[in-house]
Amino acid sequence: MALKVGIPSALMYYAYYPMWKTFFNELGIEVVNSGRTTKNILDNGIREALADACVPIKLFFGHAVELKNKVDYIFIPRTVCLNGKTVYCPKFLGLPDMVRYSVENLPPVIDVRIDTREGRFSLFKAYLQIGKLFGAEITKITRAYLKAKSALGRFNRLLRKGWSPAEAISYLYNSKKSFARHGEYNLKFAVIGYPYAVNDSFISVNLLDKLRRMGVKVLTMENIHPLLLLLQRNCSLPKRLFWTFSDTALKAAHYLFRQGRVDGVLHLTAFGCGPDSLLNKFIELEAKKHCNIPFMTLMIDEHTGEAGMTTRLEAFVDMVRRRKEVYSCRS
Amino acid sequence: MPKLTFPRMGESWRTFKMLLEDLGNEVIVPPRPSKRTLDLGVRYSPEFACFPLKILMGTYLEAVEMGADTIITTGGVGPCRAGEYAVLHHRIMKDLGHDIKLVVFEPPRIYPFNFIKNVWTLNRARLSVKNIIAHIKRAWRKLQALDNTEKLSHVVRPRELKRGSTSRIYSKVIEWIDQAQTAEQIAEAEMAALEALRSVPQDPDRDVLKVGIVGEIYVLLEPASNLEIEETMGHLGIEVERSMFLTGWTRDNTWNETVEGMTVKEAALPYLPELVGGHGRDSIGNTILYAKRGFDGIVQLAPFTCIPEIVARTILPRVSRDYDIPVLTFFLDEQTGKAGMTTRLEAFADLMRRKKHMRKTINTLTG
Repeated sequence: MALKVGIPSALMYYAYYPMWKTFFNELGIEVVNSGRTTKNILDNGIREALADACVPIKLFFGHAVELKNKVDYIFIPRTVCLNGKTVYCPKFLGLPDMVRYSVENLPPVIDVRIDTREGRFSLFKAYLQIGKLFGAEITKITRAYLKAKSALGRFNRLLRKGWSPAEAISYLYNSKKSFARHGEYNLKFAVIGYPYAVNDSFISVNLLDKLRRMGVKVLTMENIHPLLLLLQRNCSLPKRLFWTFSDTALKAAHYLFRQGRVDGVLHLTAFGCGPDSLLNKFIELEAKKHCNIPFMTLMIDEHTGEAGMTTRLEAFVDMVRRRKEVYSCRS
Repeated sequence: MPKLTFPRMGESWRTFKMLLEDLGNEVIVPPRPSKRTLDLGVRYSPEFACFPLKILMGTYLEAVEMGADTIITTGGVGPCRAGEYAVLHHRIMKDLGHDIKLVVFEPPRIYPFNFIKNVWTLNRARLSVKNIIAHIKRAWRKLQALDNTEKLSHVVRPRELKRGSTSRIYSKVIEWIDQAQTAEQIAEAEMAALEALRSVPQDPDRDVLKVGIVGEIYVLLEPASNLEIEETMGHLGIEVERSMFLTGWTRDNTWNETVEGMTVKEAALPYLPELVGGHGRDSIGNTILYAKRGFDGIVQLAPFTCIPEIVARTILPRVSRDYDIPVLTFFLDEQTGKAGMTTRLEAFADLMRRKKHMRKTINTLTG
C-alpha cells in the first residue's frame, strides 16, 4: 500500500497545493487533503488552537485534526521565504511547532524549512530533503521537482485567467471542465485579502459567490500578474512590508487604485490578524487619495454570520451601482 | 533648533535624555503613558495593532503637543510588526497634519551607514568621534545603574516589613542616579542607591516565591503598559526576575555562568527552531532556563494580537508540562484592568505556594 501524506487544505494550500501534490505523486506517494472547510473542522480548530490566534490559523489546526487518523505523515512545511526577499507571517514560521505541540496523537510532521534567501538552489534542496525522507533516488526527486514546478506554472497561469485556486485545482486534478464565466456583470470589484481567507468559501461566508450573484465581477489578488505588482515598487513607503502576502496585497491595492478600472475595492481581513492591522491602515490611507473608487473593509472571524455579511455587501453594491448611474447620467 | 523626543520605556528615558543633551540637542521627554495617552493612541491607531504601537502613537502625539518636531525611534527587519512602526506612525501623523521628522535607527549590523548617518544628524554639538563614544559609554553606565537598582528593588519588595516602603525609596534613589553626570558620580549614586534599598526593613524568614517574567520587550519594560505588575507581585510576596533589561545584563552575565551553561536560544531550540521575530523564542527559552533554576512559576506578558507571543503561547503549555512549571499568560491591551489582573495573580500565587509546600512535604516524607 502506498504511503499517504496529508496536506491540510488551509493557508499555503491555496498557493502551492498543485506543486506539492505533483511532487509527492511523482515519488509514488498518495496525497490526501482535508477537503473543504466544514463547521466540524472549524469547531475542532477552535478547540485545539489558542483563543488569541486568528481564524485562518484555527482553521489550519482544524484541518490538521481532520487528517490525523487518515494519513501516515502530515506535511506542514516551514515556509520562511520563497522569493528571496520577503518572509511570511511569524505564525507561518512557527506553524509546524504550534501544531505539533498542541494537537495530540498527530502522525509524524514533515516540517522542512524552505528559505530561498540561503542560496540559489535552496528550494530544490528543501524538496531533495523531503524526497530523501522517503528514500527516493536523486534522479527521481529531480524529475518530480521539475514536474512539480511546471504544475505550479500551469496552476498560476489558470489563476491569471481569473480562476479561483479551488477551480484551478479541480481543473488540474479532477476534470478538465472549464470554469470560464459568461454571466451578466455590470460592476467589477476587487477583493483584496489573503488567498486562504478569500477563497475559503466557509470562512469568508461565500463572499465571492455572493458578489457574483449580485452581478459583480470579482477580481482577487492572485488574478493580477506578478510583474504588474512588481512595477509598484515599494508603494511609496520607505520600507516594504516584511510579509509576502501582505506585500502582494498592498501592491495589488496600489495597482488597482492607480489603474482605476474597478468600481470598488473590498479588503477582507481576519479578526486579530497581525500583519493586516498595518496593511489595512496603509490601504485605507491610499484609498483616501482615490475618492472615485469606494473602499470597504470586511472583517471575518469564527462567529461571522451570513446575514450580517449579506446586508453589508448589498448596501455597498447598491451604493456603488447608484453612484455609477448618477455619473453616467451626468456625462 | 529641532526639538527631539523618543518613546518611553521604563526609566531608560533618563539615560537617553542625558545622552541627547550631551550631543547638543534640545530634548522633550514625553509624559508617562496615562489614560489620556492611551485614548489618543487608540483613537488614531488601527484597531488591531498591538498595544505598544497604540501607546507609542499616543506618546508621540502628546510630545508633539509639547512642541517636539523630531522623533527618534528604532526600526527592524521583521518578521515582527515593530519594524514597521516608524513607517506607520509617520503616515498617520502626516495624515493628521503634523509635519514630523523621524530618525529611525535600523540594526547597525545590517545598515551600518544608516547608523552613522543618524548619529551624525543627532550630533548637533559637532563633537569628535572619540567624544561621542565617551558619551555613549557613560550613558551605557547610567543605564546599567538604573537596571541594577530596579533589579534589587524586585528582590527587596517581597520582603519589606512595611508595604510600599521599597517603592517609595526606589522612586527617591532613581532621582539620585538621574542627577549624576560624570562616570564617577554615576557609580557613586548607584552605590548609594543600592545601599538605601538594602536598608529597607525586611523580614528574612518570609516565604517568598520566585517567579520569572518573560514576554514581549515593550510591555515588560514599561510599567505603565503592564499595570505595574512587578510591584503588584512584589506586594504579594513574589520575588520577580525579569528576563529582559535594556542592557541585556542578565543574559550576558548570568546565563553562561549558571550550571546549565545554556543560552536562551539553545534552550528553546527543541521546541521552536525558527526565529519567529520579536521575543517569541526568548519567551520559550527563558521559561526553560527559569524552570531549570528551580523557579516556582512563570508569568508571560504579551500585547494583544502579538504574533510571536501567540506562537510562543501555543507551545508553552507543552514546555510547562515537560518541565513541571506553572505558566500564567496575560495578553495586555487598553481594556486590561488592574483589579482583574491582581485577582488572577493572587490565585496564581496561592497555587504556586501550595505546590511548593506539597513538594517540600513529599521531600521530607520520602527523603
